[in-house]
Amino acid sequence: MTTPSNALPDSKVETQTIAPADAVPTRPLYWSIRRELWEHRSVYIAPLAVVAVFLFGFFINSFSLPRRMRALSALDSAHQHQALLQPYDFAAGVVMLVAFVVSVYYSLDCLHGERRDRSILFWKSLPVSDLTVVLAKATIPLVIIPLLSYVLTFVSHLTMLLWSSTVLLASGQSVSTLWAHVSLFQTTLMILYHLVTVHTLWYAPIYCWLMLVSAWARRAPFLWAVLPPLAIAALEKIIFNTAHFAKFIGYRFGGPQAFTFPSKADMPMHQMMSLDPVKFFSTPGLWLGFLAAAIFLVLAARLRRYRDPV
Amino acid sequence: MPVIEAQGLRKAFGATVAVDGINLRVEEGRILGLIGPNGAGKTTALNAILGLTAYQGELRVLGRDPWSARDQLMRDVCFIADVAVLPRWLRVSQALDYVAGVHPRFDRAKSENFLAKTDIKRTSKVRELSKGMVTQLHLALVMAIDARLLVLDEPTLGLDILYRKQFYDSLLNDYFDRTRTIVVTTHQVEELQHVLTDLMFINRGRIVLSCTMEDFEARYLELKVNPEHLAAARALKPIDERQVLGRSLLLFDHVDRQQLAALGEVRTPTIADLFVAVIGNQAGPTQGGVR
Repeated sequence: MTTPSNALPDSKVETQTIAPADAVPTRPLYWSIRRELWEHRSVYIAPLAVVAVFLFGFFINSFSLPRRMRALSALDSAHQHQALLQPYDFAAGVVMLVAFVVSVYYSLDCLHGERRDRSILFWKSLPVSDLTVVLAKATIPLVIIPLLSYVLTFVSHLTMLLWSSTVLLASGQSVSTLWAHVSLFQTTLMILYHLVTVHTLWYAPIYCWLMLVSAWARRAPFLWAVLPPLAIAALEKIIFNTAHFAKFIGYRFGGPQAFTFPSKADMPMHQMMSLDPVKFFSTPGLWLGFLAAAIFLVLAARLRRYRDPV
Repeated sequence: MPVIEAQGLRKAFGATVAVDGINLRVEEGRILGLIGPNGAGKTTALNAILGLTAYQGELRVLGRDPWSARDQLMRDVCFIADVAVLPRWLRVSQALDYVAGVHPRFDRAKSENFLAKTDIKRTSKVRELSKGMVTQLHLALVMAIDARLLVLDEPTLGLDILYRKQFYDSLLNDYFDRTRTIVVTTHQVEELQHVLTDLMFINRGRIVLSCTMEDFEARYLELKVNPEHLAAARALKPIDERQVLGRSLLLFDHVDRQQLAALGEVRTPTIADLFVAVIGNQAGPTQGGVR
């Protein structure tokens, strides 16, 4: 506007010299995932914040570590193991819980939010298919958040172990007991296995269901996602006095525990030592879950095409 | 191949018919103004053209069915839905990154050049920009895309007159090159009069007038009639008559200019005058276009 006389010849030259950038390969899926992370920063900020708080508590607590280690040496090996591993279990548990909450929140919001703020009209003005968008969004709870949880758990475990060792060494104690019980490498593998099997594969239909509701609901996607299953369970109880649907939902959330963690009585860490991948991957519920997840995603992509801004 | 071709385009929401059998043909290099009152079906028609809504009837945009091939179509078509669709959390730099990442025909340098002429900072988020700046940003993104069809639905809604003028100036000077096609809807008709090459009035889901701007200037004349000639002027069957400061203004369709000049002052009416005459009265011609 300021220099219209200059702008005109300039732009004419540009349009002539710059050919359509068809040669530049575009990566819609990659950029769609990055766009999700720009928008939903809570996806990584929330777990980071929780880990920071937890580690802060652990540091404070570690001042009493030398005294507790002395008391532990009187106990037998099994009790030592339990006491020493407890904070590590807790760290992993906290990260996974936050990751689950964040995933649920994200899945419910991702396709509803873009209609709520009308930005869907901007995203749809670009050559990115609805399926690409939906797949990019599904990547967040199914890949990005589990991966992030894994890295965060590993880093916090490593920090905890190194810090505890430093504290013990500074107080003139041996770290051999600690290192004998906390085997970081093994723990890390178990956590990775748990995240992949339970949080990604087993929970996939849950997240995809939430995304479908997010694409469908005009308002209050949380209520639409939660109340109908509750209503079905309640009706079944009232009419038939049975609880098959409630059990079905519980099975989906609880996971195929019998197959993954055969020894229920133990601490989670022990359970994960006796994982059975063969049994897990031959569970029909797993494959039916995949099928349901795929259907939910395809339906969500279809709905995204039809739905107007709300 | 026409850029847009529609035959019997129809869209109903339940019992409400938003678009009622539109026939439309837009050739390359035209700037079509789609003018109509609120609820006339403009946005619905545009949404069908952009693949945002399902429809009945025949519709081809650049040879494609927009509903089933939206993502491919968007390589060649751009649109600005209205000023408020850029998400508020988006940073200017992220907007550039994203469009550059997904659009094969986006020329980032061109977009940056355009932004350099504005006060928009790369690090700003959309929520920090004024309404006018958000439109500038959106325009900067869209103008850097080498598209064949640009669709603007109320692009200047809620902007002050300076931003509106600048918007259309940029569009004409920096974007339009006679091989591109623009379809625009707006309520601010006056500013568009010298921009458009084609004009279309739409009301209650139907096209009530369709002509090129040359036709418009040749066909329609407004006469500020001298009081003594009022009866003679009325005998020529004006399509509209209104009073301004005690003088009668009569609007004529297909009446000889010389003949009218004898009765008073003759000038080309504004689009707004014709719009009021055709749509406001709904007594106006419902015949189709001249084209």
